[in-house]
Amino acid sequence: MLKRLAGCIREYKTASILSPVIVMLEVVLECILPFMTAELVNEIQGNCDMNVLLRYALLLVLMAVLSLTCGALAGHFCATASCGFAKNLRKDLFYNVQRFSFSNIDKFSTSSLVTRLTTDVANVQMAYMMLVRTAFRSPFMMIFSFIMAFYMGGKMAWVFVVVMPILAFGLLMIARKAMPIFRKVFRKYDNLNNSVQENIQGMRVVKAFVREEREGEKFAAASEDVAADFTRAEKILALNNPLMQFCLHIVMLVVIFFGSQLVISSNSTALTVGQLSALLTYGMQILMSLMMLSMIFVMLTMSAESARRIVEVLDEGSDIVNPENPRYEVADGSLDFENVSFKYSKKAEQYALQEINLHIRSGQTVGIIGGTGSSKTTLIQLISRLYDVSEGSVKVGGVDVREYDVETLRNQVAVVLQKNVLFAGTIKENLRWGNLEATDEELIHACKLACAHDFISQFPDGYDTHIDQGGTNVSGGQKQRLCIARALLKKPKVLILDDSTSAVDTHTDAMIRKAFREEIPGTTKLIIAQRISSVEDADQIIVMHGGRIDDVGTHAELLARNAIYQEVYTSQNKGGAEDGEE
Amino acid sequence: MAKNNMRPPIKVPKGTLMRVIRQLFKDYPVHLTVVVVCLLITAVSSTMPAIFMGRTVTLIEQALAAIAGGTAPAAALESVFGGIVQIAVTLLCIYAVSLTCSFTYNRLMAIVTQGFLNKMRQRMFKGMQKLPIRYFDSNHTGDIMSYYTNDIDTLRQLVSQSLPNMITAMVVIVMVVSIMLYYSVWMTLLVFLGVIAMTFVTKKVGGNSARYFVRQQQSVGKMEGFVEEIMNGQKVVQVFCHEEESKKDFDRLNEQLFKDAESANRFANMLMPILSNIGNVLYVAVAILGGALMILGVPNLSFSGLPLTLAAVVPFLNMTKQFTGNISQISQQVNAVVMAQAGAARLFALMDEQPETDEGYVALVNCREEDGKIIECKERTGMWAWKHPHQADGSVTYTKLAGDVVLDHVDFGYVPEKIVLHDVTLYAEPGQKVAFVGATGAGKTTITNLINRFYDIADGKILYDVININKIKKADLRRSLGMVLQDTNLFTGTVMENIRYGKLDATDEECIAAAKLANADNFIRRLPDGYNTMLTANGANLSQGQRQLLSIARAAVADPPVMIMDEATSSIDTRTEALVQQGMDRLMKGRTVFIIAHRLSTVRNSDVIMVLEQGRIIERGNHEKLIAEKGKYYQLYTGAFELE
Repeated sequence: MLKRLAGCIREYKTASILSPVIVMLEVVLECILPFMTAELVNEIQGNCDMNVLLRYALLLVLMAVLSLTCGALAGHFCATASCGFAKNLRKDLFYNVQRFSFSNIDKFSTSSLVTRLTTDVANVQMAYMMLVRTAFRSPFMMIFSFIMAFYMGGKMAWVFVVVMPILAFGLLMIARKAMPIFRKVFRKYDNLNNSVQENIQGMRVVKAFVREEREGEKFAAASEDVAADFTRAEKILALNNPLMQFCLHIVMLVVIFFGSQLVISSNSTALTVGQLSALLTYGMQILMSLMMLSMIFVMLTMSAESARRIVEVLDEGSDIVNPENPRYEVADGSLDFENVSFKYSKKAEQYALQEINLHIRSGQTVGIIGGTGSSKTTLIQLISRLYDVSEGSVKVGGVDVREYDVETLRNQVAVVLQKNVLFAGTIKENLRWGNLEATDEELIHACKLACAHDFISQFPDGYDTHIDQGGTNVSGGQKQRLCIARALLKKPKVLILDDSTSAVDTHTDAMIRKAFREEIPGTTKLIIAQRISSVEDADQIIVMHGGRIDDVGTHAELLARNAIYQEVYTSQNKGGAEDGEE
Repeated sequence: MAKNNMRPPIKVPKGTLMRVIRQLFKDYPVHLTVVVVCLLITAVSSTMPAIFMGRTVTLIEQALAAIAGGTAPAAALESVFGGIVQIAVTLLCIYAVSLTCSFTYNRLMAIVTQGFLNKMRQRMFKGMQKLPIRYFDSNHTGDIMSYYTNDIDTLRQLVSQSLPNMITAMVVIVMVVSIMLYYSVWMTLLVFLGVIAMTFVTKKVGGNSARYFVRQQQSVGKMEGFVEEIMNGQKVVQVFCHEEESKKDFDRLNEQLFKDAESANRFANMLMPILSNIGNVLYVAVAILGGALMILGVPNLSFSGLPLTLAAVVPFLNMTKQFTGNISQISQQVNAVVMAQAGAARLFALMDEQPETDEGYVALVNCREEDGKIIECKERTGMWAWKHPHQADGSVTYTKLAGDVVLDHVDFGYVPEKIVLHDVTLYAEPGQKVAFVGATGAGKTTITNLINRFYDIADGKILYDVININKIKKADLRRSLGMVLQDTNLFTGTVMENIRYGKLDATDEECIAAAKLANADNFIRRLPDGYNTMLTANGANLSQGQRQLLSIARAAVADPPVMIMDEATSSIDTRTEALVQQGMDRLMKGRTVFIIAHRLSTVRNSDVIMVLEQGRIIERGNHEKLIAEKGKYYQLYTGAFELE
């Protein structure tokens, strides 16, 4: 996991290394400073002349300026290193998601991916910042202060050797006790927030069933639970401060009590007054460093969960990859399914598709009919390699889809998805997803084919009308037609409509199919539909049932012999017809 | 309804911080009083060692002077030993007290911080439950969520660290300044000079940092929005091979965020070394000044009137250190306080939102009929009545719930400027099945939003069993209306729990019966754990059609007097839909049902069909009548056969 993360440092390696190096310089200066001031104090005591004082002063100010420069530089490099690391993490995450296949996408929800890109990366960034700055600073500071303390204070410095293990042990115990609680409660906290989100999204249901109070009680209980755990953990952490103070106090007492005696009994030879106060400064520095170390320890463990979640996405390899020598040419729009079986994951018990054999000639129009859960969508997703077959082979233009360059294949096989999305931007921008170089004439032509031109022209801004995120400002039927136009702009050899005209009224629906027949006769058209009227004029109609092909035939043939088709037909035409409006 | 695309910029009203503190003290008066007292004691006692250090140095100087005068070191030590012991013992006592206080307040603050956050969360959530649907329609879920995640987190830092730190630092500064004045005014003035420099730097550097932190927040928001949109449409991105384009867009936003974050952190990181080194320089300057004053023999000006000696200079130097340390402490909290203020301002804005009002007084009760009289009862009888108290004479009358709904010349718009329903009048007689058909945006769903008072009408009136619905308690009104909504929302929990949401005390058998009625039993039994299968993330493991069947079961178990089904079967294939309809017809026999659909097969067997166009009812009647009229409905209906 660490290796994976470290791989994202890249161009920020220099800053990441410079930062701790400069920090160490800073530490050296910080440790010499008290030593020098101790000398200065002794000089004052000795009633020396002003020149000596000023020389010391100059030296000290110089050191302070140097230390400031180091500190500022370290801060600068540290900011660059940590923010750059975070930037690369986000980039790698996003790029990897772009590589995802459909089955990869199915594994992660949108909100969990967004959290990983924001909150989790921010946590890791914080931890990294601590790491390059404080994690080197503290141990170094501790060692250096120790040396200085022994150098100056001699025997007096032994007090640190006694106190330090006490503090270290105490801090370790506190961290070890608190961490498991924290880990547990963070998960609970996530769940709590998830339930809030659920509540907000389902507010109409909550209000319709008058469940506001119950939801409030449920939330209160969960929130209390989280608070209780947090309090428990923080109460343990609250021991940190008093423990630290206790150790400081001991140092203070020992230094004042024994130190002062030492100064007197040795007549300032073993220890001077200036060194006495310097010893206190070093003591402070040593203990503070320990405290910081324990904080880093806590921080790192806390961010470990975030790191794990990030690596989980980074490690998710796409299961659909280009072959070694891909084909960049699709001969025609013929489709063949040969003994195709498919299941969504290797572990799944049931096959979503079984023993599919199907042959469609280039330019044919094919309808697909079947109940909820009969795997119609699954069938067509295999054609543009949105998923790979488990067994058998799917061929486009007589060649197995796995032999094509994925981008070539997907550009030649255009799918209008059932759950379709428009993106924030103008209508033109949305349409150009199909073809970045499309001219305005091409856009208009595609929209005319999809019966979208008329309503677009009625908007005040026409093709420059702004679409809100998710396409909320156009109606369902309008959205579907825009999505069809977008797919048409690819000029594909195979066009697949997955229930893409369900919100379009039957008349317009028929107009679109007519346009298809007349304007793009060479393109193979696959149409999944709920209503019979959408498919009844197709060259062949496939009836799906429970992941198998139940029957294939024309409208007349199926109406004569297929029970499922007959039932669907009657349910929609009992003495009349079906559907209307958008 | 248009949603606000960006979170509004933060406007922090004056007194936000005070409001947090007031609320804090209101919630934990005893805890906090103890905390403040403990803080004061620890702060004061933390300045004591400096004084005792000074005394020790005085003793040492005495002894050293004696040695210089010829006394043996041992004898000299003997003479001051008593003083040293006294200092040590006094310090020990002070430490014991301060340690106890420190322990107490740290523990208490753990309780207060988490308790306060808990209380705030609950206040927010409970307040949020009372907000009108309008609020949820006009705000993004993500934006509301960030109250619970980002904004409340800023309070944690404020309460647990910033406030106690600032109190301590302030007390220490006051103490230190008075002690410094006690020793030497000249040197204190020099320290003040240093403080001015530090404040200046904090303002400059800290201000820069805060400005970039705000920018960083905005960049995060922008990137979050972009990522959310792209990830939501990830499958479309793949289908159109649009990966490279979205990578380009992402890189641009990512780079911006990096720049802002880098600047913000750079300034924040620099503040501490700069301040601590100003502190160092100040320390040196004070030492030099002290030395100079002593060497040159300048008369000392101090509150104690003592002359300037090493015994004054050494503690003074220590105090300078403490002083600058505390100033740095405060400056470190500047960012946290600025962010917390912004966070708190947003939280308070949420809590101050106007809740849904309810001035209704007519209640829904179970009842039974005896000798033609309606008698209220506790148990469920399948009969309901409206209990209508009359204020004038204190009497109570009962009206039997029949399901008679009348919309009388109703006008309505989600925003006053844009009326979406014009002069709608309709009658739903008890036991009727009333259907609405029409295009998206024709106002079908809006009508149901008005009947259950998710929104209130602008003009006209709605009568329910001849009672104006404004007089009915909202909760009772909604309880009387079973709703199956267009967007199915299931909750985390088992399938059984989700069905039981409709009626909390329903037995397993009742839930299963409802599932059977909704034709959901079949697929539920095929799920890995049957009725005990856990549903997560709004039932992501189910198909849209299955989710719809479950939400119908959920409404069915409530067994309501009136039912509204808004596109309840839109994703269910027509064969299954017919079966569901049979079940629902059985359940709702003799009760009023409203159906909204764009699929005509769904509404065909309704008693009355209303055809809506642009907020007006343009046709009404049953299927046969409308067909005979050869109007819009006829056109829609026969559209299927008009295939050129």
